[in-house]
Amino acid sequence: MGSYSSHLSKIEDLQGIIQETGFTKAHICRLYDRFEELDKNNKGTLSREDFQRIGELAVNPLGDRIINAFFPNEKQTLDFRSFIRILACFRPTAKDKTADPNAPEPINSRTNKLRFAFQLYDLDGDGKISREELIQVLRMMLEAQVTDDQLESITDRTIQEADLDGDGAISFEEFRKSLENINLEHKMSIRFLQ
Amino acid sequence: GFTESLNTLRHTFTHAEVMGRARSVVGWVLLTALAVLLCCPAALSSLDEEHPDSDTEHGESHEGNETGFHIVTFRWEHVQAPYVIALWILVASLGKIVFHLSERVTSVVPESALLIVLGLILGGIVWAADHTASFTLTPNVFFFYLLPPIVLDAGYFMPNRHFFGNLGTILMYAVIGTVWNAATTGLSLYGIFKTGIMGHLQAGLLEFLLFGSLIAAVDPVAVLAVFEEVHVNEVLFIIVFGESLLNDAVTVVLYNVFSSFVAIGGENIEGLDYFKGIVSFFVVSLGGTAVGIVFAFLLSLVTRFTKHVRVIEPGFVFVISYLSYLTAEMLSLSAILAITFCGICCQKYVKANLCEQSITTVRYAMKMLASGAETIIFMFLGISAVDTKIWTWNTAFILLTLVFISVYRVIGVVIQTWILNHYRVVQLEIIDQVVMSYGGLRGAVAFALVVLLDSQHIHERRLFISTTIIVVYFTVIFQGLTIKPLVKWLKVKRTQQKEPLLNEKLHGRAFDHILSAIEDISGQIGHNYLRDKWTNFDRKYLSKLMMRKSAQVSRDKILSVFRELNLKDAISYVSEGERRGSLAFIRSSSDVNVDFTGPRHSVVDSSVSALLRESTSEVCLDMQAIENRMKSGKDREETVTHHMLQQHLYKPRKRYRLNYSRHKLAVRNEGEQQDKEIFQRTMKKRLENFKPTKLANNYTTKFRNMKKERAAKKKHSDAVSNGKIPAHSVSFHVNKDSDVEDHYDPSDGGISFLITPARNESDEPISGFNNPGFSTEEDDSTFQMTPPWVSNEETVIPSQRARLQLPRSPTNFRRLTPLQLSSRSIDSFLLADISDEHPLSFLPESSM
Repeated sequence: MGSYSSHLSKIEDLQGIIQETGFTKAHICRLYDRFEELDKNNKGTLSREDFQRIGELAVNPLGDRIINAFFPNEKQTLDFRSFIRILACFRPTAKDKTADPNAPEPINSRTNKLRFAFQLYDLDGDGKISREELIQVLRMMLEAQVTDDQLESITDRTIQEADLDGDGAISFEEFRKSLENINLEHKMSIRFLQ
Repeated sequence: GFTESLNTLRHTFTHAEVMGRARSVVGWVLLTALAVLLCCPAALSSLDEEHPDSDTEHGESHEGNETGFHIVTFRWEHVQAPYVIALWILVASLGKIVFHLSERVTSVVPESALLIVLGLILGGIVWAADHTASFTLTPNVFFFYLLPPIVLDAGYFMPNRHFFGNLGTILMYAVIGTVWNAATTGLSLYGIFKTGIMGHLQAGLLEFLLFGSLIAAVDPVAVLAVFEEVHVNEVLFIIVFGESLLNDAVTVVLYNVFSSFVAIGGENIEGLDYFKGIVSFFVVSLGGTAVGIVFAFLLSLVTRFTKHVRVIEPGFVFVISYLSYLTAEMLSLSAILAITFCGICCQKYVKANLCEQSITTVRYAMKMLASGAETIIFMFLGISAVDTKIWTWNTAFILLTLVFISVYRVIGVVIQTWILNHYRVVQLEIIDQVVMSYGGLRGAVAFALVVLLDSQHIHERRLFISTTIIVVYFTVIFQGLTIKPLVKWLKVKRTQQKEPLLNEKLHGRAFDHILSAIEDISGQIGHNYLRDKWTNFDRKYLSKLMMRKSAQVSRDKILSVFRELNLKDAISYVSEGERRGSLAFIRSSSDVNVDFTGPRHSVVDSSVSALLRESTSEVCLDMQAIENRMKSGKDREETVTHHMLQQHLYKPRKRYRLNYSRHKLAVRNEGEQQDKEIFQRTMKKRLENFKPTKLANNYTTKFRNMKKERAAKKKHSDAVSNGKIPAHSVSFHVNKDSDVEDHYDPSDGGISFLITPARNESDEPISGFNNPGFSTEEDDSTFQMTPPWVSNEETVIPSQRARLQLPRSPTNFRRLTPLQLSSRSIDSFLLADISDEHPLSFLPESSM
């Protein structure tokens, strides 16, 4: 890659990023390219509009929610560090044999992957997926032919299935439990191009 | 001579029977006896031409021959061919039955191995009888009739997501791996041959490479047969199995190339021929795939318009798929690829277009054909080996072949996996590689190919055949036997047989969207991106084109999982209720059917109103109302569920309507209206039946109070009340799509059963035992049959405890059923007997 080194010099705290995210230099370089590509006005940060310009994302039923996930806490801008940190969440999880209990949880851990998905549901951020929140997401994901009645039944049933403490909502712990058998390493990981 | 030996054999068998050993022995004896019977006509016709009727069993026909006019004639020759085929199939199938008599045997030894052994034994018997191998697995039969069903089955039930998710890996193993295996095995054998260890063989490099190419391919039939019993995880299975399917193109091309090279002679091959060989690989593989896709398209399109010919609907699936196979064969493309992709591509649309029954028919017919074909293949692999004409021994060649195919398989897998792991999200571990190497089974395809060899050009054909047989036996029997312990020992991740959970499905969907979004954001075209694009394309165009209008509505997977779950609940609910003789179990705190109870009750805020609303509006068995509601779109699923339920309820008993039309199978053809009616009537009847069982006069008010209390408290009460049962069943059956609520107010106007003239009001239930719900006759018969204890108005009110307990005791239940058998009701008698202070201590309390 010709612009390899010139890119790398632009990125601040490269070592820190590598350490934190586990991406290789080539990964980071490519993602930085992408970051700049998305950053239409060369602000050095991304805004929601930059994301909304991605055509595929616009047709993604969860597109808005996912964009929101990149802008936590009402933030309006996203710097590269945060950008890559969120993406790193989707790196494949390595089977770590020497699991060090003291080591900080890797950014792409199972819990973090789950947390990302969970926050898409949990709109008000109260740590619980309420019935209304679930209905909203379902409405986005299911086809239009599904009637409201069906939607509600499905929602109720889903909550009933996952709700262990009987509060009528799904907490993160319950969310995690309900997906215990899912191979998240597979289902929530993508292979980033170099 | 033959008859004598036959008698001796029979004598032996009788002796064995007298010994009275284990069931399986008898089974074996029966089977072998049958085999003997089977061979004797064939043997007789070939050997004892002068005395065709010497066998005593055909004595009558013998007499018939002597009169002028034949009332009955024995025309064995007339039916011989199909008869023998049918008998072989029967023997193979019976063999399967016998194997499964002993669970211990089948859990250790794979069925394929047993079948081969059975084939060897039968082959031995045939051989002993007439000293010719009259029945062998001919390539023609194998490729035209036995292989297609197996491959179609594989394609039609292919887990598409896993398949396409691992397509790259599969292709790598299928193409590179097979070429690698073929080349290394052929070359190594040739190299060793050059050292002179094998002695003198009339074969050159090309012959060795030809042999290498036919022995290299992993066999789909063998892999399926063995892996189906091992239950390794889906990824591992799909990789090995996908490889075995997709390597067909490579095998076909290599085989054709080398056999034509052998035919034209090594010295006449030009450089262009190699080039042609490579081109032909792409033509054969891509062409075969294209043929498959075209036919899948046709098939989907055809099934879209079969609404009025429901009976032959399943036929299209088989005929068109088979045509894809034959077409590819005709064009000398890869037939296996064609039919595999036909199955893979059509499955979604076909399943959407066909009606429920047709889908079931297709499923079962396909499984039956595939499993039958597989059985026959393995049995004939055994039988075919008993033939002196094909055997020739060359220790070095055979042993070295075994060594090479195993070693190179391992090396190939390790190298390829190492490369692939750089590109895979889910890494293939060492354990997976071991299983993949070990799962490289060779089978009938190799055998059929080797038999196809032309002995004119291939002088060592016999050696090749013998070696192939040995290799096949070694891999199927030895590796098949040991793979299970190996998998266990290595602790390979197995598939978990678990219920699909709505949460998993739902969040899985969300994950898909998230992943494709992340790929979009990170600006790369990955697997998720492609899948997303494909789903959109499919939804926008393909589904519109190839699915019925009605099927296009709500084909959402999540919805279908939801429906499935509800259906399962419904079925288990009803059957459990039947088993226990009541639907009371649902209130018991035992673990059955948790879905209807449990957390639902503790949903406090939002659902209370919903529940109440539902209980008033939906608990309604008024026919008119239901029919009105049926017309609304929402109830489409209900209808499906109704239909399934109704099927479930009726099937084990009597078919409700006998229809003698050849073209109309079930009432469903006429639309679902009839179904609904039947369902409703049944349900009403059943509810009615349960109700008097449970509700006593003095109980109603109490029950009602309790209901209110419950509605207020919303708490799962342990006070199991029988009174709720009708409510439960009502809400449950009517309200399948939504959750089942258990709130029911008997005074609610929606519930008006009023079926049996002998009864008055739903609110004033007759106690006494009327339980015809367990004999599902036509409604009319139920109406007319007024049980004596109802007509004489004598009410027997069982104690609460009895009421609680009686219906759910399985032992009791049996006593409840034979209503019509005795003029005097045992049930009411029984109830009366225990009415007060006899708390039925003999009944098990477990269900409480």
